[in-house]
Amino acid sequence: MIKISNLSYAYTKNTPIFSEINLEFDRRSTAIIGQNGAGKTTLAKLLKGLLKPFDGEIMIGQYNVKTVSAAELSKVIGLVFQNPNDQIFKSKVLDEVMFGPLAIKMSESAAKKNALEALELVGLHEQLETNPHDLSLSEKKLLCVAAVVAMDPEIIVFDEPTIGQDYAGKEKIRNIIQVLKKRNKLVMTIIHDMDFVAENFERTIVINEGIVILDGDTRKVFAEREILKHAHVEDPSITQLGKVLGFQETFLTVEEFVQRWKQSQR
Amino acid sequence: MKKIIVENLKYKYPLTESLALDNLSFEVEQGEFIGIIGANASGKSTLCQSIVGLVPHFYKGAYGGTVIVDGLKVMDHAVSDIALKVGIVFQNPFNQVTGSKLTVLEEIAFGLENIGVPQTEMLERIETVLELLNIAPYRERHPFDLSGGQMQRMAIASIIAMKPNIIVLDEPTSQLDPEGAEEVFQAIHRLSEQGITVIMVEHKMEKIAHYCNRVMLLQKGKMIDFDTPEKIFSRDDLETYGVTAPVYTRVCKALDLKIPGTDYYPVTLEQASRVLGGKIK
Ligand SMILES: Nc1ncnc2c1ncn2[C@@H]1O[C@H](COP(=O)(O)OP(=O)(O)OP(=O)(O)O)[C@@H](O)[C@H]1O
Ligand SMILES: Nc1ncnc2c1ncn2[C@@H]1O[C@H](COP(=O)(O)OP(=O)(O)OP(=O)(O)O)[C@@H](O)[C@H]1O
Ligand SMILES: [Mg+2]
Ligand SMILES: [Mg+2]
Repeated sequence: MIKISNLSYAYTKNTPIFSEINLEFDRRSTAIIGQNGAGKTTLAKLLKGLLKPFDGEIMIGQYNVKTVSAAELSKVIGLVFQNPNDQIFKSKVLDEVMFGPLAIKMSESAAKKNALEALELVGLHEQLETNPHDLSLSEKKLLCVAAVVAMDPEIIVFDEPTIGQDYAGKEKIRNIIQVLKKRNKLVMTIIHDMDFVAENFERTIVINEGIVILDGDTRKVFAEREILKHAHVEDPSITQLGKVLGFQETFLTVEEFVQRWKQSQR
Repeated sequence: MKKIIVENLKYKYPLTESLALDNLSFEVEQGEFIGIIGANASGKSTLCQSIVGLVPHFYKGAYGGTVIVDGLKVMDHAVSDIALKVGIVFQNPFNQVTGSKLTVLEEIAFGLENIGVPQTEMLERIETVLELLNIAPYRERHPFDLSGGQMQRMAIASIIAMKPNIIVLDEPTSQLDPEGAEEVFQAIHRLSEQGITVIMVEHKMEKIAHYCNRVMLLQKGKMIDFDTPEKIFSRDDLETYGVTAPVYTRVCKALDLKIPGTDYYPVTLEQASRVLGGKIK
């Protein structure tokens, strides 16, 4: 669905963020991890056409990001910003979420239907009239998620959706990822919470200093402890427990571990 | 020595109906590392603000009870006086940046200049925290041109450079990579060992369990519990308060394995592997 070829990008001349990277995305739910400053947010902005590549090409479906209009691109790919304040600009929750759908020429009624549905998913459906700036950080983040989900694009990129979320908030994000997956969307998530990655994504990509240093099945990626360490990330807590106890398997969930441990006791 | 004494603290923001802090009483000893946990909107940030005096001095509202911080009664002292003793890293790093400084260096120097730290010592302190938080290469960068995690590192660096007696951190590692989060916890832990008193709000329960002496559980402004990580995370009603136990505790709960000789479950990797270890056939 996405094909990145020989992409290069730099904010300032002598410090390249990416040098000729190649990457493809299919419909597998995908986590992107890597150290602070690795270039994750930059990549998301390049995909969304908010930054222009120095060199190389990004194809999203049949569109070339360089030549397609922003409006056209918005129908295909949505981005939930890392900093919600960069995204929010309306004075009512409902207006904020309806803005995107209307901007891509959805009818008023379809826009409203999508907006209400998305707000219900994130649990903000009872605050339609609230000013987004009166929401807490975690609620703002959920509002931004709803605003993108309401546009119903084929590809959704979340930049650190779980920041500031409590247990219930993380469950909401988890559920939204599942719902989008059922709708056959590509869900791509930039995130630092390794336990969440283990439980929710089929594919994991590790970026380090502008290079993809690991890419594949989440379980395979989390088996590579040394490379992860080199990239300033780590394996999930449950994976660590399995390793410390000498299991060969790479565990991704508490349930998997518990089951295997019980077996080992028989 | 008691560094923080809170008695019957009640607080309501202006124009709101319910108490954001509902009759809190607790004490914190010098050098303790306290973790605060609870659901969204349970009052964690409001409690932080009440320790540095922004509640009630900045936010106004209805206030009752007393908060004494390092000997100062918060109600009777200006925020600027309290700031000499307590530093705070705000929840949203996007808001912490002053917005008026052109480089990371100036941003960190800002607080130090305000309290009149001499030039040479100032530069020394800045170098130390730049190294500590791994942001030395960006010293000349405009603060808004940093990545999210780099900005959060800068916010933490600014406060540590001030060397306050008490440090309050509101979700300081929410955007840090795993290695960075671990380094921050280790650095803060070292500070607490040197006698600095630490209050930290966090959602990373594995880290809270590993590093904190005591954990406070809040719900709707009320203190539900305030005890050791083992006791707090062994509660079987945690999810009703919007939090989960560390992964290690969840495993041991599922297998019903407690720390030998106690009524509590393991909360850290070390404790869990001790309880589970040697039992693998
Ligand atoms: N506007 C800018 N001008 C100059 N450099 C920038 C700018 N924005 C980001 N950078 C730099 O580019 C690099 C990549 O930043 P990016 O925001 O993509 O990182 P990231 O992987 O998303 O990090 P984080 O996990 O901290 O969010 C960083 O070193 C950052 O300092
Ligand atoms: N400036 C404000 N004005 C009015 N009400 C506020 C303000 N700030 C917070 N509140 C309310 O006070 C209560 C406690 O909020 P607080 O921000 O302390 O919670 P929190 O536990 O830090 O939540 P989170 O996990 O989302 O950061 C909430 O009901 C919130 O809506
Ligand atoms: Mg980022
Ligand atoms: Mg808060």
